[in-house]
Formats: sequence, structure tokens, C-alpha cells
Amino acid sequence: MLRVGFEIHQQLDTRKLFCGCSSELTDSWELSVRRQLRAARSELGEVDRAALQEERRARWYEYQVPRASSCLVELDEEPPHEVNMEAVEIALQVALLLNATPVDEIHFMRKIVVDGSNTSGFQRTAVVAMDGYIDTPQGRVGIATVCLEEEAARKVGESGGVVTYRLDRLGIPLIEISTTPDITSPEQAKEVARRIGEVLRATGRVRRGIGTIRQDINVSISGGARVEIKGVQDLALIPEIIRREVRRQRWLLEVAEELRRRGVRAEEVGGERADVTELFGSTRSKVLSGIIKRGGVVLALGLRGFAGLLGGEAGLRLGAELAQHVRVRAGLGGLFHSDELPAYGISEEEVEGVRRALRLGDGDAFVLLAGERSRVEAGAEAVAERAKQAVQGVPEETRAAQEDGTTRYMRPLPGAARMYPETDIPPVEVSRELVERLAEELPELYEDKIERFVREYGLSRELAEQVVRRGEPELFEEAVRLGVAPTVAATALTMTLRELRRDGCEVERLGREVMLGVFSALAQGRLTKESLPEVLRELAGGAELEEVLRRMGGKATEEEVRRLAKQVIEERGEFVRERGEGAAKPLMGVLMSELRGRAEGRMVMQVLQEELRRFLEEAEVKAER
Amino acid sequence: MYRGRAAELLGGIEPGTRVRVHKGGRTYEGILMPRSELGDDRHVVVKLDSGYNVGIEVSGARVEVVEGAERRVAQPPPPPPAAGGRVVSVLGTGGTIASRVDYATGAVHPAYTAEELLGAYPELAELAELRARVVFSILSENMRPEHWRRLAEEVARELNSGAEGVVVTHGTDTMSFTASALAFMLRGLGKPVVLVGAQRSSDRPSSDAYLNLRSAIRVALSDLGEVVVVMHASMSDEVCAVHRATKVRKMHSTRRDAFRSINSPPLGYVGEEVVLGEERRRRSEGEVVADTRLEERVVLFKAYPGVSPELLEWCVDRYRGVVIEGTGMGHVPESLHPGIERALEEGIPVVMTTTTLNGRVDMKVYSSGRKLLSMGVIPGEDMLPEVAYVKLMHVLGVAEDMDEVRRLMLTSLAGEITPRTLPEVF
Ligand SMILES: [Zn+2]
Repeated sequence: MLRVGFEIHQQLDTRKLFCGCSSELTDSWELSVRRQLRAARSELGEVDRAALQEERRARWYEYQVPRASSCLVELDEEPPHEVNMEAVEIALQVALLLNATPVDEIHFMRKIVVDGSNTSGFQRTAVVAMDGYIDTPQGRVGIATVCLEEEAARKVGESGGVVTYRLDRLGIPLIEISTTPDITSPEQAKEVARRIGEVLRATGRVRRGIGTIRQDINVSISGGARVEIKGVQDLALIPEIIRREVRRQRWLLEVAEELRRRGVRAEEVGGERADVTELFGSTRSKVLSGIIKRGGVVLALGLRGFAGLLGGEAGLRLGAELAQHVRVRAGLGGLFHSDELPAYGISEEEVEGVRRALRLGDGDAFVLLAGERSRVEAGAEAVAERAKQAVQGVPEETRAAQEDGTTRYMRPLPGAARMYPETDIPPVEVSRELVERLAEELPELYEDKIERFVREYGLSRELAEQVVRRGEPELFEEAVRLGVAPTVAATALTMTLRELRRDGCEVERLGREVMLGVFSALAQGRLTKESLPEVLRELAGGAELEEVLRRMGGKATEEEVRRLAKQVIEERGEFVRERGEGAAKPLMGVLMSELRGRAEGRMVMQVLQEELRRFLEEAEVKAER
Repeated sequence: MYRGRAAELLGGIEPGTRVRVHKGGRTYEGILMPRSELGDDRHVVVKLDSGYNVGIEVSGARVEVVEGAERRVAQPPPPPPAAGGRVVSVLGTGGTIASRVDYATGAVHPAYTAEELLGAYPELAELAELRARVVFSILSENMRPEHWRRLAEEVARELNSGAEGVVVTHGTDTMSFTASALAFMLRGLGKPVVLVGAQRSSDRPSSDAYLNLRSAIRVALSDLGEVVVVMHASMSDEVCAVHRATKVRKMHSTRRDAFRSINSPPLGYVGEEVVLGEERRRRSEGEVVADTRLEERVVLFKAYPGVSPELLEWCVDRYRGVVIEGTGMGHVPESLHPGIERALEEGIPVVMTTTTLNGRVDMKVYSSGRKLLSMGVIPGEDMLPEVAYVKLMHVLGVAEDMDEVRRLMLTSLAGEITPRTLPEVF
């Protein structure tokens, strides 16, 4: 039985949550500071295991400080200011749209995060509402909590043990929506994510664009364990990620069963270790000889009963899982394991030597770790721990989503100990009056809006759906208010923009202001609907609206069309004489492209046919003479 | 703590108890948290199993204790590991560096003992054998001259019984006052006495406490023989500055690098190593004596447009010494002249410093300054007003007569007066 739950994170389109800085991302920065973080104990005296693992690495964090979007608050050099009430109201609105009940008093917490993404070492987060739900064709899914929190800093690089972040993103208000683990299929998961995304966008106050919405997915199967997959940005990938995780967990369960069948006991795993540096003294493995030359060591770790289980199909290799743990927890590049050896310059004799050193039999496997002694030892611990878990089944953990739908180990699941009260921020009372006012002002949901657009504006259902889901419904309605025909406005905002994007135009230039300018020119008759794609193309290329209107704007007069038609016909006299009136269609294309949409098609065709007839008559007269 | 309607609802259920709060068909289960004294009496706070706290309004709510649940209480940190080597004494006085969240008020309070603090940073024990002890535990805004005296005696005792140096953890607000007081009171000092604090409380991952404390211990082992303040030199966690006790001032309310040396450069810097300049007093042998005689009836009086002359008259009636923070090079409104004149006639020394902090008072340039000089006002040179205040307490405590007071105030006793000011210090 598959159980899936979600956490959806969406940035809000307001200033930052705890200071007056704007939420715009910037490319430049003027100052940088370097910091270190240490895990703090929770108020109950526990240290979080995920936090501890980060701290063991004793890393430096460098923060780039753009003046435009960061101040002393982001730098952790000044306490947070009072919470941004606009963000609180948006979060409450989303909560109400998701049928959740607001809490009576919002308490901000410090969620310990010592990977450097928060200068303070914690993320400020608060439950705003609980116990909501969302309906899908596959059934109702619970909304456990709606939280309001601060976005983390943006990671911009990592080298030589220093992780670099930019502070522009830190502190942007973020809504986190957590579902209950009621989702039972990959398709339902996608549907839930889509519907929640629509609720968020319906408020009209969320940020759009890459990275402004992210999903974390929790997956578990019967007998498996809860695995959290972080950072899914592409909705379309959700079903695939879930399917792959289900396969991975099933496979881990099979591995565990096989190990138990072979009599492997968790408490005995990973005990055999031997320093085999000397054995590789004259190895032909470039990796190993390089490490040994630099004073590193080679450590072998025996895995009794694991033979044949370390290699295998991509994504389902125990060897790869071990290597991910070694990378994350010991900072080593990776490992070699016996299922893939001899290879990579490591010889049969060397493999045998390791087996002898560890006194391994045929059914046993080993891994080789090489590097600085302290790292290798930490790596051996990581391998032993992960191999022990292999006997038990699926370990609970946090994994990172990759672009191809696979995942890799990130860290253990964080425990509940990572929260303690943010005493710098007083609790925010959510009064009944506030909730009532917000409930009255709730935005229209997408489904309702689509139906209204069909009803009120006579759009086809398909076009209405496109405008609402993928277009700009607010802009559409403004265009209609300006006097643009609904279908024209809707088409421009959906199909036309899509075509321009496909052609590689910079449609980002066609913001709200630009589009409104175009729509009002259209409503005033300063350009035709036929010329709209061309005008937008020019504007996307960086041209000014007034200049484009001067150049191609204004409807072509009938005389102008006639003059152009005559010219086109005369230039192609032979073709016209050959085809007779049948030349009208091909010539229409030529004419329309000359006019660049500045005249109504029907009028152009009429003029063209008239001129064609006149030309042919004259030609006949000439021929008769 | 809970009061009023919330207390009524709870009926004596203690914070830390696992409860279920039923309200409006909904149940919130978790641990009952204490209520901040500043919070209202209409909400109870529950920590859910997810770790989040939520506040529940009491009307229509019902609370039930979950039987059999284990009560969770805060654990103290492990004791610091024992280590050998050179001895550094760490004396705790409270402040942010030794603070943690107080769940009764919801605020940051001094609560860590010096031992607990070191227990939280076990690697500090690799630097030296640390002997941690709490002298008192107060917020530095509550520090009084009697605390300076006690601290001076404790520091002297530590140094005379084998410590290589003493680290004093202290709240940052008034740290420079205590530093000056120790600098004037510790006679024959030939070892480092290092005051250190934190601008971010030590229960935060981003606290500046660790670097400051580590740097302070390093300075306490270094070739130094005076009282200093060691705090972040910049907003980065890389280097701390070593400031002379009598030249340092907290110049920012919140930043890590709030402490700045005024009118002279820092004595040195600490990163992985301690680098000290030639200006410093070096380590030397000898007995340290705490001369804790202080005349507490000294007032720090600020001159500004519209200041009331009666206020000064009132002070002259009650105090034995006046330090004025004058404008610019050391001027005051003429309306204060009668009060100053009376003070001097009555044998109450008046010392002039400047609100600009940076630069030296010079009362010869304008006639109003010359007038004050002729009355007998003592020019405070480039002393910081707070330093002059502490120094006058000390001088009035030890001097026999007015002439000696004047002579001592014009003499640099602990580096508080610098004869020449380099352009780069401002
Ligand atoms: Zn800011």
C-alpha cells in the first residue's frame, strides 16, 4: 500500500516577512561576510541528529549581501522586525481556501537548519492553520497544516569547504502546505499538487517563475519507511519520482529479505576493517595511487553475506547508496566495492589480497575507502551504518530530487527536536473579526473563474481554461474592460504568447504594463487584431510601443491596400495570367504579409479580387489587340 | 505564567504536561508550554508533536491531561571535559554570552553558568585548563560599582593563585564600564584580564559567543599585561579585535562588531593566532592588588541645547564629582556656568569630555572654553565620557586632596589618555 504526502512551498509576492526589504532577486552584491554555525540544543536539551551531522563538517559559509534586498536582519545582525501582516493575511486566505481552521494565536518557531541557508542557523516558521482538505477525482486528501515561514538564502556556489549563499532570497515569505499521507497513487499526487498550486495562484499574491514554488514529497510503502524527497520543482516529474521511489523501497525490502535469508545479522555488519594501504603500494589504479602519494590511506571494510548485492541496475545499487552516504557524511569522492572489482586499475591479485586481509569468503563483499585518514574513518562508519540498515529494510531519510527523476541521499530525517520558540517575535492573535473579513474577501477559485468566463464573456471552455490556468485572468478582464473583444484578448494572452515563446521571443518583456498598452491601442483602433502578433513580436524584441505603432500601426486605408494589391499583381503578371482568378489565394498571402496585419482580411481579399479581375480584363483587351 | 482566564481553564495543570485541548470539534494534543508574562490571559500554548507551538483561545475550550505520558524536562549540558595545561580562569557574571531562552518570560535571560557555557563548547578545553566559576549572574544594565569591586577582588585572587589569565564573561551593554573599573582598580597587573560577551545569545547556532570566547581564552594566554575587551572585529566569524579597556565603547546596539576602540587603534587581533601591537603592556610577574576604593557619588552629566541648569544644581547638591559630556571641543551652555562654578568652589571636581567621543577636548580655542578652564574645570583630554566617569570615582576614592585629583585625572593611569592621535583612528 502506497502512502504519499506533500509539502508545497510557495513564495508570496510581498516584501520580506520580518524586515522592510523587497523580495526581488538581484545579480549584484556589494559586501560579503563569512560565518560558521553550531547546533544548539532544543529547550528540552536534545540535539537534532540532522543538525549534528551538518555540524560535524565544520563548514564555512559565505554570504553575499545585496543592498537592494538585504539589511541587518538578513545578516543576523539585528533582531527580526514585526511580522509582515500582509503575508499573514495571504497565508490565512490560502488556509481558508483549503478548508483549514486558523489557529487562534500564531507562534513563530525557530526550526534549526545549520546547513548555512539561514544566517541565524534556524528558519522562522509558524503554523497558521490546521485540518483542511482538498478534493480530487481520486478522493479527498487532508491538509494537515498551513505554515508561514521565511525562505532560505540562495545557494550560489561551493568550493574548498566554503558554501556561498546570497541573502536576497532569505526572508521572502513562504507558505508551506502539508498534506496528510492520504495520497495513494502517483497520478493523484500530481492532481493534488496541481490543485493546491491553483489555489495559491488564485490569490493573485504569489510569486511566479522558476524556484518560486517547490514540492517535497513523502513516500512510504507497506513495510518500507517514510522517505522525504526534497526540492521537486517540476510538477510533471512527480508521478515518475514516486514510481521510482516505490521501486527503490521494494528493492530495499528484497535486499533485506535476501540478507536475512543469508543469515546476516545487523549487529555484526561492518565490523571487519583493515588498513590495506601497503597492499596497494604499487597499484595501477590512478585514483588509489594518487591518494597514497598524497599521504592518504586505503581502508577495506568487509560486508559478510553482501556478495552480489552491491552492484546491479542503475538507481537500485546498494553500492551507490553506500557511496552517497560516504560523500555526504565523510566528504569522500566515493568508494570501490567488490561487485565491480577487479576494474578501474585494481587487479585480481589486489582484490584477493583484500579478501585475505579481511578473511572473507565467497559470499562476502567489501568496500574500499581511500583518502585522508580521518575522512576514511568517518566514511567507514557511514558505510557500516548504512549496511546495517540494509538488513533491516528501508531507512527513514531525506533525499534530494534530481532532474532525471532519480534521488540521492541528503541527510537523516530531521527529528521533532529541531523546534524552539522564536522569542524575538511576539505571538500574533488571529481574531475572529480578521478571519471573518478574510472569508468574505476570498478570491475566486479557478474552476469558478473558468465557468464565469464562459458564461460572461462567451469564451469557449477550452480558451477559458487556458486563460485561467496558464494565462493572466486579471489582465484578460482588464483588456475586456478596455473594450477589446474577449476572444481576441484571450487568444493574445494564450496562443499568441505561446507561439512567440516557441519562436524564442523574450516574452518576459511583455509584462502587464506593456500588454495593457497594446490592448488599449487595439481598443482605440490604433492597430488591428491581425497585426497583434507582429506588434507583440516587435515589443518582445525590445521596441517601444509608440514607435511600433507609428511604423506599422494604424489601419491601412482601402486606397493603400488597392495600391499594394496592384503592385503585387503587376510584379507577378505572368503567374497571374497563367492562374487567372485562381491566383487570388497565393497572392493573398503575399499581400497580407506586406500589410503585416494592418488590414482586415475580408477587405483585403475583396480588394485583391477586384484588382485581379481588372488586371485580367485589361490583359485580355491587350491580347485581343 | 498563566493567569486570569487561561489559568482558570488549566486549573493547575503544570507546563510540561502532555494535554489534549478540545475546542470547536477539534483536538490539539501536545505539551503545555509556559506563557510569556507579556502574553494575554486568553490563550494557552501547546507544543504539537510536530514541534510547532500554537495558541488556543480559551473560550469554549476544554483541557484534558494525557495520562501516563512522560513529562519532559530540560536537561543540563554535559560537564566540560577535564584537561591539563596552562590555567585560565573563566569568571561568569551573566549577560547574553551566558544566556538562554527563559520560558517563563519568553525572553533571553542569563541562565547558563560558566561551567555550562564551557560544557556547550567542549573544544575550548583543548586551549587551556579552564577553571570556570560564577561570580554573579545579572544583566549588565543592572551592574553597579559594588559588582566591579567584587569582580576586581575575584580577578586578583585568581591571578595570584596561578592563573595565566582571567576571562570574564559579561553582558555587552555596560562591559566597557566594568573593563575600565578593573583597569583602574587592579594594581600591579601583569597578566591578561579579558572581558568577553556576545551580541547573539549562545543558544543560537549563529551566536558570536564561541569565536569571542575562544579568542578571549587565546588572549588570556598571550603576552599581555592589562585589561582588554575581546569581541568580533567584523560581521564575519573570523577575527576578533583586542581593545584596551579604557579606550573601548559599544557603538552599535545589535551588530557583532559593535565594540570599537575610540581615539586609538585596537591593541591587536585574534584569529587562529593572537597578534598584538607594540602599544600593549606586556606580561610581567608580581602580585596583583585590587584597590577597590571608589567614590560612588559621581555623576555623568550631558550638556545639550535646553538642558536645565537646575538639574546641574541638584547634582552639585548631592554628588562629590561631576563629569560633563560637553559639546564639541568641550563647551556647555552659559546657563550651566553658575552650577559649575559653585561645584568647583565647593571642592567638587568637574571633568570635561565630549559628546563627539572621537577627538580631544580643547577648551583654549573659544572664550567659553577658556572661561570654564579659568573656573578650574579639568579637561578630560581624549578620554571617553564613561571612562572619565569611572576614573573620577576611582581617583576620588584614592586621592588625598583636590590637587591630587587634578593631577591624577590629567595622568594616564591605564592608557585612558593618549598623548597623540593618529589620523587613521577616525
Ligand atoms: Zn532586510
